[in-house]
Amino acid sequence: MPLHRALRRLGGALFAGSPLMVLLAFSLALARPAAGQPAPPSEVASLRQEIDALRSEYEQRIAALEAKLAALSTAAEQRAAMPPPAPPPPAPPPVTAAPAKKSGNYFNPAISLIGNFLAVGGQGSHGDLPNASLRESEISLQAVVDPYARADLFLSFGEEGVEVEEGYVTFTALPAQLLAKVGRMRTSFGKVNTMHLHTLPWPDEPLPVVNLLGGEEGWIGTGVSLSRLLPVGDTFTELTFEVMRGDSPGLFQADKTSDLALNGHYRIFRDLTDASNLDIGLSYGFGPNGTAERADTALAGLDLTYRWKPLRTGSYRGLIVRGEAYRSERQQPGGRQDAFGWYLSGEYRLAKRWSLGARLEAAERAADASLRDTGQALSFTFDLSEFLRWRGELRRRRFAEDLTTNDFLMQLQFAVGAHGAHPF
Amino acid sequence: MNHRILRCCVIGSACALVAAGVLEAKLRVVSTLQDFAAIAQAIGGDRVDTFALAKGYQDPHYVDAKPSLVLHLSRADLLIVAGLELEIGYLPPLIDQSRNSKIHPGNAAYLDASIGCEILSIPTQKITRAMGDVHPSGNPHYWTDPENGRIIARTIAAKLAAIDPKGTETYRENLSAFDTTLDAKLVEWQVKFKPFAGTKVVTFHDSWPNFAKHFGLEIVGNVEPKPGIPPTPSHTLEIINRIQAQHVPVILVEPYFDTKTPKSIAARTGATVVTLYPSVGGIPEIKTYFDLFDTDLDLLVRALGGVS
Repeated sequence: MPLHRALRRLGGALFAGSPLMVLLAFSLALARPAAGQPAPPSEVASLRQEIDALRSEYEQRIAALEAKLAALSTAAEQRAAMPPPAPPPPAPPPVTAAPAKKSGNYFNPAISLIGNFLAVGGQGSHGDLPNASLRESEISLQAVVDPYARADLFLSFGEEGVEVEEGYVTFTALPAQLLAKVGRMRTSFGKVNTMHLHTLPWPDEPLPVVNLLGGEEGWIGTGVSLSRLLPVGDTFTELTFEVMRGDSPGLFQADKTSDLALNGHYRIFRDLTDASNLDIGLSYGFGPNGTAERADTALAGLDLTYRWKPLRTGSYRGLIVRGEAYRSERQQPGGRQDAFGWYLSGEYRLAKRWSLGARLEAAERAADASLRDTGQALSFTFDLSEFLRWRGELRRRRFAEDLTTNDFLMQLQFAVGAHGAHPF
Repeated sequence: MNHRILRCCVIGSACALVAAGVLEAKLRVVSTLQDFAAIAQAIGGDRVDTFALAKGYQDPHYVDAKPSLVLHLSRADLLIVAGLELEIGYLPPLIDQSRNSKIHPGNAAYLDASIGCEILSIPTQKITRAMGDVHPSGNPHYWTDPENGRIIARTIAAKLAAIDPKGTETYRENLSAFDTTLDAKLVEWQVKFKPFAGTKVVTFHDSWPNFAKHFGLEIVGNVEPKPGIPPTPSHTLEIINRIQAQHVPVILVEPYFDTKTPKSIAARTGATVVTLYPSVGGIPEIKTYFDLFDTDLDLLVRALGGVS
């Protein structure tokens, strides 16, 4: 769905005429030597009077200007003098974030592009990953809309075409610790489902997402998200509630306008020490699956992330252990299917440029819980710079159809344009 | 007896309420760097509580956008940032999630400390990321020049007075005291470091142009080939040659960088590796903005063979 918005432009500045020009014209007129025939004495006297009047007027003006100039230069000298004679009276300073650029593009959104090339080698591929593809490259457009909201649009470019991965307005000035998002967005179900492909610690999505959240895209919803901070002492907790259209490919299918998908998420985050923290999320969502009248799929999720990163040497060392478990209850003709899936992953940074990772995963299939897929993967990441990354993954997956695949995935990611936030 | 207890209770709770009111009345100042927090504390005195998102011994470019920091921002009455895109990797999402519209850029409680400061290395030609992680608005490590510290203190005092007009007099007095101390310290530092003015140094990252300019150091190279790019063998060799050719006595390293390459350069050249602290809080002893220069200059003077 295209997102329409209008950017406001500021009016042009008013042109103010310079009094100096007027003075210049006067002085030129006065400086012109008297020429031509002599005038009668009365006329001369009146002219002289007029000239005297003008002269005194412009001398007054010049005196006023000189006084102004002197005042300004004294002020400048005072400012430059070290130490200053007295601290200046506190006055509100300008509040611009950066020196304003002289550019008509100033209010345009920040644009960034993240390219994602994936090569796959191996035998007997079960998935539909081609052996080389420019997969889900992302263009983001982000800007503040007005004092109350900001807008973010993420377009995802695959070889098949373009789609809006996310496009929403965030209302950042709501009362009562509320934050609202309206538009199309990754739902706050679990952890990896909220992450874009380039922020995942792997080149591929884990099995529970593929099997239980409708495919590699995960659950992307269109609707409204409302979240509230609920701090408990020093512990961060946040409750999110989302109402989405009852459609999401492979997961939900709405037949009626009134069919909606709902999601709730509760996140708890606590610093254990300066260097380590624990992040826990509980999710519950449901929506119509379209297999029959009033047939729903209900999803429950638990996610845990432990991070260790010494603050001083954080660029060189760090460990993240994360895991998620999902349960899907799918009502469908022939009975309810209760499917379960999980993954556990660890990433260890051993140098500024290098990190190693491992992942275990298993998931039953949502529509037939008797089919269970499992996988193991080892990966390495090489960050050539902050903006270019190579990642390799050696992956074995055992599918329920008694099929085993061994693949090597090689991913190249590059980011250009506006400097985005580092993923956390 | 019961009355007395009751009275004590009433008075006690009244005192508690008043105390709570006084505590409540403190301005909560959150800054990205400990340097700004230290200056804000010096100016704000008892009227402010300060908290810094990044620790002084942490690389200020790479701070994690932890939700625990969101809580501090959600309660902030004032946010002081370095600006110049130093915090671009973590601050924007934190501000968005803070639910505190006062501290959004452009609003009353957002203060960019770089305003009015002398900013060096502002690119004059077209910049690309082929130059590494360059900052389009200039080098963001400007607080390492104490004269910029003076300007930052004034900016903070003005902002505090605007937010909390009742404290104007306090802020004015504290600013005056800050200025006086700074004047005395500037003389002390100048005397201490004068014999070493003109010393050539190599630094790990390009964090020190303002410091070098103020104290008269000449930076002849960085261990990083380009900002944010880890050392490479060919560049390291070039630095070794430069140190030998120009007789550079010290290599300055920020506390959050790996000293492996600087140490190997030092072993090949005879230069000394000095861990120099770019921020307050780099070590626990550096508590104030003045401690920062006291410590750094002592470290430098000692490394250069002087008596600190």
